[in-house]
Formats: sequence, C-alpha cells, structure tokens
Amino acid sequence: MQPGRKFILKVKVMEAVSKECGIINRISGPVVGVSGLEEVRLHDMVWVGDAKLVGEVIRMSGTQATIQVYEETSGLKIGEPIWGTGHPLIAHLGPGLMGQIFDGLQRPLNKLAEVEGNFLQRGVSENSLSQDKKWQFTPLVKEGDHVQAGNILGEVPETQSIMHRILVPPNLTGRIVEVKAGDLTIAEPIVIIEDDQRKINTINMEQIWPVRTPRPYKRRLDLAEPLVTGKRVIDMFFPIPKGGSAIIPGGFGTGKTVIQQSLARWSDVDVVVYVGCGERGNEMAEVLMELPELEDRVKGIPLINRTVLIANTSNMPVAAREASIYLGITIAEYYRDMGYDVLMLADSTSRWGEALREVSGRLEEIPGEEGYPAYLSSRLAEFYERAGHVDCLGNGEDKPYAGHREGSVSLVGAVSPPGGDFSDPITQSSMRITGVFWALDYELSRKRHFPAINWIKSFSLVDLSRWFGDNIEEDFPKLVQEAKSILGRENELLQVVQLIGQEALSDMEREILNISKLLREDFLQQSSIQDIDAFSSLEKSYWMLKVILEYHKKTQEALAAGIELNAITNLPVLQRIARMKEIDVEKAVPELKRLIGKIDDDLTSLISNWETENA
Amino acid sequence: MPEKLLNTKLATKEYRTLSQIKGPLVFVERVADVAYDEMVQIIDPDGNPRVGRVLEIDGDMAIIQMFLGTEGLDISRTGVRFSGDVVRLKVSPSMLGRILNGMGEPIDGGPDIVPEKLEDINGSPINPAVRNEPKEFIQTGVSTIDGLNSLARGQKLPIFSGSGLPGNELAAQIASQARVLSDEKKGDEPFAVVFAAIGITHRESSFFIEHFRSSGALDRTVVFLNHADDPTIERIMTPRAALTTAEYLAYTHDLHVLVILTDMTNYCEALRELSVAREELPGRRGYPGYMYSDLASLYERAGRIKGKKGSVTQLILLSMPDDDITHPIPDLTGYITEGQIVLGRGLHQKGVFPPVDVLPSLSRLMKEAIGKGHTREDHQSVADQIYSFYAEGRELEKLVAIIGEASLTEQDQRILNFSKRFEQEFINQGTENRSIEQTLALAWELLSMFPKEYLKRIPEDMIEKYYKG
Ligand SMILES: Nc1ncnc2c1ncn2[C@@H]1O[C@H](COP(=O)(O)OP(=O)(O)OP(=O)(O)O)[C@@H](O)[C@H]1O
Ligand SMILES: [Mg+2]
Repeated sequence: MQPGRKFILKVKVMEAVSKECGIINRISGPVVGVSGLEEVRLHDMVWVGDAKLVGEVIRMSGTQATIQVYEETSGLKIGEPIWGTGHPLIAHLGPGLMGQIFDGLQRPLNKLAEVEGNFLQRGVSENSLSQDKKWQFTPLVKEGDHVQAGNILGEVPETQSIMHRILVPPNLTGRIVEVKAGDLTIAEPIVIIEDDQRKINTINMEQIWPVRTPRPYKRRLDLAEPLVTGKRVIDMFFPIPKGGSAIIPGGFGTGKTVIQQSLARWSDVDVVVYVGCGERGNEMAEVLMELPELEDRVKGIPLINRTVLIANTSNMPVAAREASIYLGITIAEYYRDMGYDVLMLADSTSRWGEALREVSGRLEEIPGEEGYPAYLSSRLAEFYERAGHVDCLGNGEDKPYAGHREGSVSLVGAVSPPGGDFSDPITQSSMRITGVFWALDYELSRKRHFPAINWIKSFSLVDLSRWFGDNIEEDFPKLVQEAKSILGRENELLQVVQLIGQEALSDMEREILNISKLLREDFLQQSSIQDIDAFSSLEKSYWMLKVILEYHKKTQEALAAGIELNAITNLPVLQRIARMKEIDVEKAVPELKRLIGKIDDDLTSLISNWETENA
Repeated sequence: MPEKLLNTKLATKEYRTLSQIKGPLVFVERVADVAYDEMVQIIDPDGNPRVGRVLEIDGDMAIIQMFLGTEGLDISRTGVRFSGDVVRLKVSPSMLGRILNGMGEPIDGGPDIVPEKLEDINGSPINPAVRNEPKEFIQTGVSTIDGLNSLARGQKLPIFSGSGLPGNELAAQIASQARVLSDEKKGDEPFAVVFAAIGITHRESSFFIEHFRSSGALDRTVVFLNHADDPTIERIMTPRAALTTAEYLAYTHDLHVLVILTDMTNYCEALRELSVAREELPGRRGYPGYMYSDLASLYERAGRIKGKKGSVTQLILLSMPDDDITHPIPDLTGYITEGQIVLGRGLHQKGVFPPVDVLPSLSRLMKEAIGKGHTREDHQSVADQIYSFYAEGRELEKLVAIIGEASLTEQDQRILNFSKRFEQEFINQGTENRSIEQTLALAWELLSMFPKEYLKRIPEDMIEKYYKG
C-alpha cells in the first residue's frame, strides 16, 4: 500500500486525549463514512486511518458519521480506525506566525520541505510554530494584578515591524500569581493566573482557537477611515474602509490576483494575511520570493515581516480549501485583537465554494442553485461578517496592560465566476454581503486597461467622503463625483457615436469624450508592472484628478468663448498631462500644482489671444 | 493485453463477484481489504487482463473504473484482482525515442521498457514553498508570442484553437523552434519532449511525429498515442502517464521537458462520460463539478523546483467547442494556466498564419521573463503600446463598418493603418522563425508610424533610443 508516512506526534495541545473511536465503512474521494463513533461531536477534528489523515466530522446520525478528509485519501481502506482529538479544527496562535507560509491545515511548508522533500506527503504533522525558538518576553503585568480576557500580559518583538502582544485568553479573568520574563519558548509558561474559581491557569505564548468560531471583541466601531491601497481607481472611486469587506469578481486573466498582490504590498495596514485558496502554486512562489525584498513604504522594513501566507493550491486536497479560509481569518482576528489593522486577502473564494459543492454532492445533499448547497450564502455571510473595526477585548482601563486599543480586519475576496458571468451564485451572494464591489471587466483587460475595474458596474456603499474632505482636500468628494459623471456621460455619447458617428456631436460633447479618455488613460489606468506608478498616494491621486478637471473647466471656457476644439487639443500641455503618472510620488503635489498653473496660463492666453484677434 | 508499463504486481486472490457493469464502471461485491484508488486488474472472459482503479468503496462493495472500457466483460465469468498499490507507471530514460499507447505500452515494435522506477501516475503536489519562479525567456520564433505573450520555462500555456484552426501546426512550430536565450551555452542544454496525443486523429498524430522526425527531435521525444478510435476512458490516463514521465525526466534526469498535450477537449469529454456513468450531479454543460480540480491536478504539474536543474513546461492544446471561450473547457483551463494563446477565426479566414488573436491572449509570466537582462529594456512598454493601439484599431474597424471612414480624425486613420499592417506583417509571419530582436525591430517599425508624442505607454528615453524617425 502507499506508504502512509509515519506520523510524527509532536503537537502537544489536547491531542493526548485522542482515542480510537470508529471504523471506516465507506470511502468516496475526500468523504469517508464511519461507524461506531462515540464521544465525538459534530465538527470535531479526527484522525483518519492508519496514515492519520486530518479530517473533520461534518455529519452525524446515530453512531454513523461522515467525515471530510483534508488530505488525499488514496490508499485508505475499509475497516481502518478513526481517532477523535476531542476538539474542533484549530489554529495555533503565537509568535512565529509572521513571515511563514502554511498550508490550509497550518503545516509550515518550509519546514515540510526540509523534512519530506519537494513534494507534499500525507499524514505528516509538524508543529505549526517552532517550539524551540526563544522569544524575548517583556511582561506588562505583575504579580497580584487582576486581569481579564484580552488584557495584554506582555510583549514580544516578533519581527522588525510587529510587536506581538500576548493576551489573556477569552473567557478568563483572574489574578496574576506568577510572571516570567526574558528569553522563552512558546511552550514554556509565562504567566500563571488564578481564576475566579481559584483554578490555576498556566499561560504560555502559544494559544489555540477553533477556526470556525469568530474571536470575541468588546463592540463594533464605525467604519470611517479608508484603507489606502495606492490604486487610484480604488482609493478615489470605490474606497474600502478599514474593517470593511470587498469582493473582486472577474473572469480568468482580468487581474484579480494582481490586485490582491498589490494590496498586499501597498496597503496601509499593520498585518497582511494572504490566502491562496485553490489557485496557482507559482503565484504563491512569486509572493514568497518578492516579499523579503520589497520594503514597506512608510517603515522601510521588508514586507515579509508583516505578512502571513497560507497556500492551498489548486492541486492540493480540495476539502482543505475550506480550512485555509478559516485559518486565515482566525489569524487575522488574532492580530486584530492585539490592536492592529489587518488585511486578509482570499484568492479565490470561488474555489472554496466549489469545494463546498463537491463535498455536498458526495453527501448527496439537495443541491441549490448551480449545484451549490443551500447553505452557501449563509457560509459566505458568516465569513464576511468576521470583518470589522472593533474595540478590542480587555482595553479601556488606565493600566499599562489595558490601555485603549482598536483593531480591524478588512477582507478582500476574489471571485472567479464561470465564464466571467456575474450572475453566478457566489458573486451574487457575496455582493449582497460586502459593501464594496470591484467588478473586473473582460473587455478592459483585453485592451490592457489595468486595473480592469469597471467604473460603471463597481460600487462602494460605505460613505467615506467626510474623511477625505477632512483629511485630503475639501472638494475631494465633489471632484470624484464630477469625474464619475463625466465617465457616465461618455457612455451615453459613445452609444450615439456608434450609431451615427462623431460628426453628430457638438464640440462640447466631443470635449467630454476627450476628457473621458484622459480620465481613463491618464488617471484610472495604473500598471502594477511599471514600478514608477505602482503606488499612488491619496495626494498624488487627488492632484492628478484635479489637473484633468481643471483642464476640462478651462477647455469648456475656451469653447464657450468660441474657440474650436482642435485649437485647444493642439496645445502641448496635453502631452504633460499624459505623463503625470511618471511623476515621483514624493514630488507629485508641487509638480501637479505647477501643471495646473501652466494649464491656466496656456488656456487663458489662448482665450485672450483669440479674443483680441476676433475683436 | 498485458499492461507493459504499468506495475502489475497483484494479489493472488481473484474475486468473481461482479454485480453490475455500467459504462466504464464495474461493481464488485463481497470484497475485503480494498484500498481507495488502488489499481485493479480485471480478467475478461477470454482470460485477458485489463486495468482499472478503485473509485469508491461502500462496505464490502467496490466501484472500479476501467481504463480501456468494459466491452466484452460479463457478470459471471469476469475475475477481479486487487494490486494493493496505486496505479504506477514504469519509467526510464530509455523511453526517449519511443512510441507508446495512451497507457504507456510500447506500440512501435521495440522492446519492453526496463523500468528504473515505478511512479504514482497521479504524482504529488509540489510544495509551493520550493517552487522557483519561471523567469527564463523561451524564444519560440513567433512574434505574437515572443513579443506580446512571452513564454517562460516552467510555464503552462494553452493554445485555444477551434475546429479547422491550425492549433497543432502552431504547437509543432513552437516545439521545434523553442530555445532559451539567456543561457550562454545556448541550445546545448539537455531537453526532451513528451508528446501526448489525446483522442486525436491518426493524421494529426503523424503530422506531429513527422515534424519531430524532420527537426531531429524524435529521439529526444516520448510519444503517447491515444487516437480518436482508441477507448475514450483511456484518455483519463494518457496525460497522467505523460506528466509522470515528464516529472521523472525533469527532476531525476535534469532535463528541460516540454510537454505537449493535445487535445484536452477530448480529455474533458472522457471525464464527463465517466461522471455520467457514476450518476454524479452534472455541473455546467454536463461536465462534473470537480473538473477544475481535476484539470488543476494535471496543469499544476508544470514548473521549476529550487535546486533542480530540470523543468517541466506545458503547451496545452484544446479546441473551443463552437469557438466559445466561455465554454467550461477553455474557461476552467484559463483559470488554471498561466495565460492563453487564442486563435482567431477571423484572422484565419483572412489567410493570416499563425492566426493568433492577441487581444484575448495573455501570458501571465511574461513580466518576469522579459526586460533588461532577459530580452530588452523596452519590451514591456512596446507590448503595452501595441496592445493599446491595436485594441483601438479593432474598435475603429467596427465603427467604420457602420458609419464609414469619413468622420475619422487623422489619428484614427493612423491607428487603422497600423492595425492593418500589424495583422499583415507582425502577426502574419508564416513559418518564418524570428529572433526576439527581429520581432522588436518590426514592432518599432510599426510604432514609428505615429508621431512620438502619441507613444504614451513608452518612456521618453526609450522612444529616443528606438524610434525609427
Ligand atoms: N494592475 C495591473 N497592471 C498590469 N498588468 C496587469 C494588472 N492586472 C492584471 N494584469 C495583467 O493581467 C494578467 C492576469 O492577471 P491576474 O493573474 O491577476 O488575473 P486573475 O483575474 O487573477 O486570473 P485567474 O482568475 O485566472 O487567476 C497579469 O499576469 C498581468 O499581465
Ligand atoms: Mg488569479
């Protein structure tokens, strides 16, 4: 039989209770039927067969249960045993997450490569987090302090950019009896707490959490601040707030992954969790290779220091796609609870939905739309609801370990609808839940208009205009509105042109077409490949838009004065507008302001010359 | 018929407990100790063995999928033996130069393959952490690919063809011209071709074999042939056998392997047939819901691995049913592969060869494989600029068809002219083998039809350097 690799039992948490408790009686791909299961609850994690594959109980009736196996089941036999672990699928949380790449079951892929070589084997368990590495723990509590869930026990510099805060686990309050400090491993006790029932709790730096359960917080806060992404079309037209959620639907090759990768690079958040769910291996390799080299714009620290990668590529076991999404969001919430702004990217949620469909099909459940199970939309809703801007547990007191602390999880999910058709159930359900919709357009991507975000179909339901007005420029919201309506007008005019040609249009109307072209080509288009324009600050974006709209205003004035459109578009200043993107972000504002001055001067003198000539 | 390349170590116990035969599936009752996915041998009433694998086990009943169909089997006289192992392919470097059937048995009259190793035909997923990014530019000699949709070593790139379109001709041309540029010792790196014919005609397969022979590549090629008149269900195996061989040659024998899979549409149809026989809930257009994962388990077997000299590059051919790119076969393929080369019927009808429609075509690994140090500094921006003009040109063409040329501006006129020349000179290269320098020079010649200030996608210093004024 296929040699089930020897299971290296190193995971210490709770596994000690595991015991043999059932027998396999049916195998169909990733779905396994088991009889004689006792003392196992729905959603418990189990080990399947002699190879000890990781599985989860997804249905129970009497003593017959159905298990979804997160690993390849090839070689499994009827009659092999099942072991219960006594707990649901969990994430291991603690210092050492940052900069790692895990699979959907949180196995450290770099470590696995050392142990088992280039190809993934089954049933091999490595600790998610290094048990030997020493971390410098500085306590914020002292003996006798009364602490409650979410208070900060102490801090560990995890990477150059992340101060890892070890928190009192949810549901625990009590008095500190003992505190350690200094270089410790995550397996060693750091604090001992006597809880209100006088029970002794030993806390170490590694904590676990069931991935399907949202982590608690004190309360939700308003979404009032944008998550700045550096992409003009997003930041200016369809912004996402910190703590919000967005989807990027689009057919193949329309740019979902490129957008997500650039969000991972440029977003102004503290932590990024990037989940490759059922997508390409090379894309994960690309992220993995470039993050150590790319630096954070503000801090100048390599981005790998703030990123956690989860890779469950399309050729890895299907059921584990689900695990990878939940693992990602749990890690994101964990850092949120420390008071960080976290961005979780999921590429692609459709592959997760398809895994649900496949397992549901094997369970012979009654299919809903397109064969997806009826619970698809509630699963999606539960997932996106885990985004949010929150007041963290255990904050708000005047104590060193309980100071003010807010955190956020923003979620951006790619959606890959069949045939690029947005009527697909995953796109539709996700769209109803999330407030931000970046619709990628096949036609735009064919023309290499990137990011191929369609400005007519996309939307952002969260109103951030107040923040932009207060923090950038007062007329920011007005300017954006004007640009959008020009583009809307273009759409109408183009329909006319298609029927009867440009000649039917007035100069004023043709000018609208010209300005729209500038908006599209010189503002909205922003290549992620050419470095110079990959990131645009809010200020640069605002002033670029201002330039175009100033030019528009002045042109309209000139037209009103009776000058012909051609005379205006022949002005050389137009070439400078076309090169705005190439201006360095740092120097953009003064240069763009000068350009506006130049536009004013050139057009004003054009008008006055014309008036003198025609006087 | 003995399966010469498959491992045939078998249990001695033979079951004669068939209860049902349905399409390619055989149901066996009262079996014990059967493993999911293990290889099975079925002995037909004439005593000839055939190979299958376990698809599902329910209590003491096993469902077996037969690779060569179930014709001639019956309930009472058919025997079943389990192998205790997954389906494995016997692999060896001596497969090079050989012609095998779709399951890997020699059909060229030569000797049996003496195995060096037995490999699981399903392979194992490459750990994403050990993948090396493909970034070596492969010059195919075809301008629309090299210039605008460059191929990198370790990439998986499909050609979306249609009935009557010359997809195979283009693939053969690429296979014989492909070479890596950045290397000093150009050309003398050890390479191999693994060619898998999946349900294609004898005429098509002889075309390829002839092509390999005349370019002298045949003795570096392993040929797997499943023809249109061979059993459909064997097609499930053919690409797996081919990729298992490719991985073995690449990672054990350090060869740069180019795998050609043609035609994956036939593979997908075999998959659908199997799914129907299993009475699974059909997905879009009757294809199974798991087709994405199934195709991914094949296509993801391309790549480069850190520390390994060899590589696996895939050139995948498929015909779009009804020229429909949203059909599940091209759609799911495009969602997995690293771009696609799309052939256009319009261009083909205009007599353009190769009729590559560049607008829907894409190579996702291009940006890593081109530019300074790979091809040339201006490569990306030249490609961007060409795309932008040509896309506009195609739109203008449509417009002109309705309202005539009268209302066109001077720039519109230029764009239209550019589009025409681009199709006739750049795309329509015939069988000429162009170097990347030639391709870029031609691109600049066409771009220089425009005044410099219109080349907005190209940095000014590069315009100064390459513009042909
Ligand atoms: N913002 C961008 N700037 C420049 N090029 C882009 C941009 N977005 C996409 N592209 C181009 O389009 C290609 C495809 O993009 P991407 O891989 O993100 O598509 P996708 O939507 O994720 O497709 P799939 O669903 O198949 O994964 C890229 O390789 C790149 O060439
Ligand atoms: Mg993608």
